[in-house]
Amino acid sequence: MKTLKKLVKNPASLAGLLIIASLAAVAVLAPVLAPPREGRNPYLIPRAGYSEIPKPPREGHAFGTTQGQYDIYYGIIWGTRSAFKVGLIVTGSIAVLGVLIGTVASYYGGLVDETVMRIVDIFMAFPFLVAAMTLTSILGKGLDRVMLALIAFGWMKYARVMRSEVLTVKEKMYIEASRAIGVGDLRIMLRHVLPNAIFPVFVVATMDIGSMVLWASALSFLGLGAEVGYADWGQLISFSRNWMIGSPGNPFMYWYTVVYPGAAIFLFVLGWNLIGDAFRDILDPRQQGSH
Amino acid sequence: MLAFIVRRLLLLPVVLIGVSILIFSMLQFVHPYQRIFAYVPNIEKISAEGLDQLIEQYGLNDPLPVQYLRWVGQVLRGNLGWSQIANMPVTTAIAQRFPATAELALFAFIPVISLGIWLGVIAATHCGRPLDHLTRVIAISGWSFPSFVFGILVLMLFYGALDWFPPGQLSFWAENIVHSDSFTRFTGMNTLDALINGNLRVLLDALRHLVLPVITLAYVSWALIMRVMRSSMLEVLRQDYVTTARSKGLTERTIIKKHARRNALMPVITLGGMTITGLLSGVVITETIFNYKGLGQWVAAGALQLDTPTVLGFALFSGILIVVANLVVDIVYVFIDPRVRLS
Repeated sequence: MKTLKKLVKNPASLAGLLIIASLAAVAVLAPVLAPPREGRNPYLIPRAGYSEIPKPPREGHAFGTTQGQYDIYYGIIWGTRSAFKVGLIVTGSIAVLGVLIGTVASYYGGLVDETVMRIVDIFMAFPFLVAAMTLTSILGKGLDRVMLALIAFGWMKYARVMRSEVLTVKEKMYIEASRAIGVGDLRIMLRHVLPNAIFPVFVVATMDIGSMVLWASALSFLGLGAEVGYADWGQLISFSRNWMIGSPGNPFMYWYTVVYPGAAIFLFVLGWNLIGDAFRDILDPRQQGSH
Repeated sequence: MLAFIVRRLLLLPVVLIGVSILIFSMLQFVHPYQRIFAYVPNIEKISAEGLDQLIEQYGLNDPLPVQYLRWVGQVLRGNLGWSQIANMPVTTAIAQRFPATAELALFAFIPVISLGIWLGVIAATHCGRPLDHLTRVIAISGWSFPSFVFGILVLMLFYGALDWFPPGQLSFWAENIVHSDSFTRFTGMNTLDALINGNLRVLLDALRHLVLPVITLAYVSWALIMRVMRSSMLEVLRQDYVTTARSKGLTERTIIKKHARRNALMPVITLGGMTITGLLSGVVITETIFNYKGLGQWVAAGALQLDTPTVLGFALFSGILIVVANLVVDIVYVFIDPRVRLS
């Protein structure tokens, strides 16, 4: 509660909270803001024709239509839902996975720790985008596959953070005391170690909700993300790849194909990063410094 | 210290074997029909029975450990399969395209490191004041801005509207010079080769093509360096020896330059490996946007065409590159920091 109060007091994180709250509202109100056609999967962007050439904003298509005449406004509104879905599911999964792995490794130490950390090293030997790209290209298209690929290569950071936290916590007197009175390992880990070591994980996770959406849209941009026509911000930008350069004399002719979806991604990621950054300062007051 | 280095060197093969197992496991998701692509060029001309025969011949239905050992044997002999997208063996494609990517990454590395360190020091010395907040805002916004959108926007502006910096690597006329007999390719990097050949026009043309990709690639990574440099600098400025230096009456400038900054650089060095990892992710996007014919563009195109040998070959290559880079960083760190060296 105290943390929340501090987050609201800090102008940067307040801005972040407001951005995320508005986007959440957009996601919830999607059926009102951009009503889908009856009996149609609302996540599929409706098309206003089949022409390849994007058409500028006009009556009925507030943000214009991109390559293939997909409605940009509709894609952005419903894409907000996709973004929250990807951000929350992926971050939630990798945080839980990483925390479990890191806690167990660090708590038992010795050979268990050594083995787990070498596995972490192996997974970290791949650049994240390259690893996710490799797995997505093998698994095939679709947002669920993208999420799976991001989860498979995203958990290591949490395992590392958790491991170093647990290393200090497990030396504390109260852990020794619990052990002395015969409390079991599982109970010590869940009741005493975890709550005392978990805070840094929240900071990383807050920022990751944004980053994971960024990575997912990067994959979509490369053509490896959601199925064609699925409401997804990265895909909207990927449509604009062939229209970066306008016609002679009008270089910014197709600006709307990249600016609107770009702004949506930027706001979403910025919101989470602002919150996460302030969050870190609150939990680690040394970073504010003084001299 | 020796024990540390020996331990790191002993772990190297362990991690590399792990990397190969991980790649091999991913390969198992792919149906043998697709995996056979890795071995045979011009697969379209082969009938279904022919394919089954090939799968038998290459042992793609054998038990996994047998397949793994055979695969490792191939990899060790430098055979990573056939890249459909490049129409040549994967190893050849990597060798051909690596110089261009290395050139791009090296050029990006310079602004990333120098700008990151410089801004980090400014932020720390102005802690809590407007300049600190400004750099923080720039860092967070930069971080949050998708690099592919950034790339498209700079291309719109500096190529579409102003025609200053074109995409690609060289203009047609320069391309002709580079591929002519009078021009020797020493390194495969356009700028360096032009310099060695003494051809200033080609050098300028190559640089002109590098500007936008370098900016796009660099701007994602410098924010991290800056933030780490800032917190490390804040930590150092609180140390006793800084107080001592102040009480001796040294100017703030000398304290920062001679005492604080050097010590604060240590954590930044450990980021070296991470920066390379980041740049390798970055080149995939940057090269795709700017049609820059390096490893990134090749692998992105390969992934789209489900060209498994290309994608896995690149993953293996970058895996090895990063493992070795991290090892070098760790060892360099030990040599630079006397505190680590002597403990």
